[in-house]
Amino acid sequence: MAESFDAIVVGGGSVGMPSAYYLTRRGLKVLVLERRTAVGQGDNKAAIGGVRATHSDPAKILLCLRSLEEIRTWKEVHGDDIGWKPGGYLFPVYSEEMEKKLRGLFPLQRRHGLVNDWVDADTVADLLPGIEREGLRGGTYSPNDGQTSPLLLPIALMRHAVRSGAVVRVRERVVAYLVSGGKIMGVKTDKGVYHAPRVVVATGADAARDGQLLGIDIPVTPDSHEAGITAPVAPFIEPLIVDMRPGPEGKTANFYFGQNHEGQIIFCYTPRELFVGTNRENLSEFLPVLAGRMVSLVPRLRHLLVRRIWRGCYPMTPDGTPIVSNVPGVEGLTLAVGMCGQGFMLGLGVGQEVAALVVDGKHRLPPGAAKTIRYGRDFRSGIMEALK
Amino acid sequence: MNEQRRIRRHPVLPPLPDPTVPFLFNGQPLLARDGEVISSALYAAGIEIFGHHPRDGGAQGIFCVNGQCSQCTVLVDGRPLKACMTRVREGMRVESCEGAPLMPPDDARVDIRRPSEHRVDVLVLGGGPAGLNAAIELGRLGVHVLIVDDKPELGGKLTLQTHQFFGSVEDCWAGTRGVDIGRILADEIAALPTVDAWLETTAVGVFADAKVGVVTSTEYRIIEPTVMLVALGAREKSLAFPGCDLPGVYGAGAFQTLVNRDLVRSSERLFVVGGGNVGLIGAYHALQAGIDVVGLVEALPEVGGYKVHADKIRRLGVPIWTSHTVVKADGDPVEGRLESVTIARIDDRFQVVPGTDRTFEVDTLLIAVGLDPCDELLVKAKDIGLRVYAAGDTAEIAEASAAIFSGRITGRRIANDLGIPVPIPEDWDDIAAVLRSRPGKTVPFEPADRPDPVYPLIRCVQEIPCNPCEDACPDGLIHVGSSIMDLPRFSGACLGCGECVAVCPGLAINLVFNDYDPTGRTALLMLPFEMGTGRVPLGATVQTVDMEGNPVGTGKVVAVRDRPEQDRRQLVMLEVPAPDKLTVAGFTMRGPSRPVDTPRVSSTGDDPIVCRCERVRKSVIVAELRAGVRDMNQLKALARVGMGGCGGKTCSDLVRRIAREEGIDLGEITPGTIRPLLAETPLLQFVQGEEDHG
Repeated sequence: MAESFDAIVVGGGSVGMPSAYYLTRRGLKVLVLERRTAVGQGDNKAAIGGVRATHSDPAKILLCLRSLEEIRTWKEVHGDDIGWKPGGYLFPVYSEEMEKKLRGLFPLQRRHGLVNDWVDADTVADLLPGIEREGLRGGTYSPNDGQTSPLLLPIALMRHAVRSGAVVRVRERVVAYLVSGGKIMGVKTDKGVYHAPRVVVATGADAARDGQLLGIDIPVTPDSHEAGITAPVAPFIEPLIVDMRPGPEGKTANFYFGQNHEGQIIFCYTPRELFVGTNRENLSEFLPVLAGRMVSLVPRLRHLLVRRIWRGCYPMTPDGTPIVSNVPGVEGLTLAVGMCGQGFMLGLGVGQEVAALVVDGKHRLPPGAAKTIRYGRDFRSGIMEALK
Repeated sequence: MNEQRRIRRHPVLPPLPDPTVPFLFNGQPLLARDGEVISSALYAAGIEIFGHHPRDGGAQGIFCVNGQCSQCTVLVDGRPLKACMTRVREGMRVESCEGAPLMPPDDARVDIRRPSEHRVDVLVLGGGPAGLNAAIELGRLGVHVLIVDDKPELGGKLTLQTHQFFGSVEDCWAGTRGVDIGRILADEIAALPTVDAWLETTAVGVFADAKVGVVTSTEYRIIEPTVMLVALGAREKSLAFPGCDLPGVYGAGAFQTLVNRDLVRSSERLFVVGGGNVGLIGAYHALQAGIDVVGLVEALPEVGGYKVHADKIRRLGVPIWTSHTVVKADGDPVEGRLESVTIARIDDRFQVVPGTDRTFEVDTLLIAVGLDPCDELLVKAKDIGLRVYAAGDTAEIAEASAAIFSGRITGRRIANDLGIPVPIPEDWDDIAAVLRSRPGKTVPFEPADRPDPVYPLIRCVQEIPCNPCEDACPDGLIHVGSSIMDLPRFSGACLGCGECVAVCPGLAINLVFNDYDPTGRTALLMLPFEMGTGRVPLGATVQTVDMEGNPVGTGKVVAVRDRPEQDRRQLVMLEVPAPDKLTVAGFTMRGPSRPVDTPRVSSTGDDPIVCRCERVRKSVIVAELRAGVRDMNQLKALARVGMGGCGGKTCSDLVRRIAREEGIDLGEITPGTIRPLLAETPLLQFVQGEEDHG
């Protein structure tokens, strides 16, 4: 006899766990299916933990503002330490072109409630002690952004959800979606069959495979990015830093780093040529390239001790914006996929959106914003989100 | 300056030059020996606390002295570095690391250089017995080999072994001291033109592009090997008991590095946990360094190491308590330095028997409870699909003699893999298996007097792989048999030359001279002794003991033979009453160990530290396991266990033990994911290559 639930969330990561959490809060009996050995152990934990609403897409701005609202007060409201560290996001700027580009985003960002301002070079140097001053024009600073721990948050969400009645099954992989008469009926896994009238797909880098199982096109292609962390040092960097310049070594499109709540410096770069696929083993060139960028921008970082590096996947959509949407023609099916490497920061906002889509059958975002994350939108423009 | 902790005279090791390199520690002027690492120089000056942990202020000091953990981190001219891997330079400003270090505001621009890349036929990670022997086999065939080793000299742990090795003379230099085998191998490597060695270089990662990242003392380099051999040996397991994190509690390997490599008398009175060969030999090395060994506990009913090693230290007066464990260590409440250790009897379910605890005052507790292979890079290389081999302890934990032979076989296997036909003799696998053997059965020792004027008593009663005595007898009167595991037997007319007494690695042979006293009231014994000539003045009366250290009576030192060919072992001629001549096997050096009457109130609480890097206590881990956590990665995320500088090298095994104690089937536990770097590395080193970035 197959077990029945109100909703099944496929994937227990940065999107699946918040989705399950908010669905449970809306009173649904939820089953989470995670193919790995524990929740939050996929690409979620490869995130560096930055949570910014500093985007150029209205939906992403609004979703991340919601994430920030929840994260900022999480400990006070729920009691768990999730490693929240306020401090904002700082984009130092060295060229007129970049200044123009970033300032040009202010009106849209502010219209959607983001606080983001231009600060002068001295302020940038206060925010990032030791930054290379030559050519530094200033930067954009969004003080309400911050960071939190990708290691702690999904587990906190899981424990709250389970306490409220959610069921989490790990080491269980979906092998088929049960669809009948244009309605989702449940899923079949390698261990059993589960019935539910609503199913949320939150499978990150694997989403294209779920599309195949469902017989629909889910345009998500993972590429992999490396990141790392140092031994802790006394706090000296408040904001997360994004250097949007391509690197002189020809390998990096941009890079970013910050100091987390443990005092560790955590860092990552976007490779100029993407490594498409799901290889999660590190490359020999990552640290030399990254170190070159770090110590060129802030020479005093040279004495940091690199502790660990890793590699995780960005589930990319063609336009750099997620798919958070019900699917026309498959009643009860909600997709929350294609987070493009920002699943962690988007997660709580997306979880709320998913709960609205599942329970209310419609977006919580205003229609104008929701259209950019709709399933079945036209991807042909080829334009990427500006702050991806 | 406080220099009393330097060992000036050692029975086996030659003296090191006097310290001449001035440096500062927290403003205090100190001297180091040329080339000495900071940790040894500080220990020599009596400084054992190197800082305090940012999380809870716990005192930090040495733990592995092997570059594996980060517990000995100090600030060197403002930069956090491992004291055990950083050599003192003249004028260096060393400071204790108090909490999280500040980034020095060092804002001068850095010239960015790309790391150099190197192609080699065979990359050998680890220049110990296994790696060197593999490299020698390959080098003799003209194969290009690069050895990478993190220490300043080749030899690995051989460089710490002052005792004569077991095994077979023909296969692994049995009867020769480990330090000397290390030197023989290093010399042979130096003579091979196709073998290169990078010292003070640590392999930090094997990468998806089939390249290996290594870090020298100044820079990162990338190696692309055709074949890789991982021969990184093993690291010591630890124990979690209250006070296990106190400075003064550390591994036997760390101790051997201080005492035998750097000639620093790191302790006055020490205690050993673990009766395997590492613990037994550690105790012996301590005695050789003039350190009092208060006792040794072993949890099992019998010591796991060779009986001859155990007997050797028992005869010198060191008590060995089997079916005992350490229950806690206590320190000075202000400084936190170890002051006492409390042991207790355990039952057959390893539970402490109430009322059996005893406390001894010691300043050092050596943990020698087994080894885990250093196999992270092996596992990663296999995952990635590199052509990779393992030898020595990385492949299977065994004695160094086995590692020597394992390296030799693996070297030839690699040659074959590279298309170079070289035979691997059929019996080599069997020899390797014998050298890896655990001790076999023990028979009772039942000596009988012989009517001969002189004869040997061979107190070798446990099957172990060893045969130097057979080769040593000039008349060929000692026979081990077809397997070196067999027990040696003597027959014939002994010359009384003492070659067998001088060579037996177990110090288990002595001669009985019946022709010494025509009246027959006394007999003369020739006994091996390695504790230094100063300890046995001629004419001295000594307390004699039997083979296992039980008191017998007294004897008188009538002569000491100390010839160069005896390889730093004295042969003491001891006159004993004739009725004692078959029983006496040695003489003791120390009185019985006495527990303190009123043990101090515990200063450490009863919740032991399990993860030393992140200061995670056992109760936290137990709580998460009880909450259902079964994935080590999730446990890391929640409790931070294994998230520190060492990457879970010590605590992973302890967590498995705790899981077992909690009744969890280890099959349910998902192991932690291994990620580079294997050792923390300054960011600067990644941009200090040979080439301009261009």
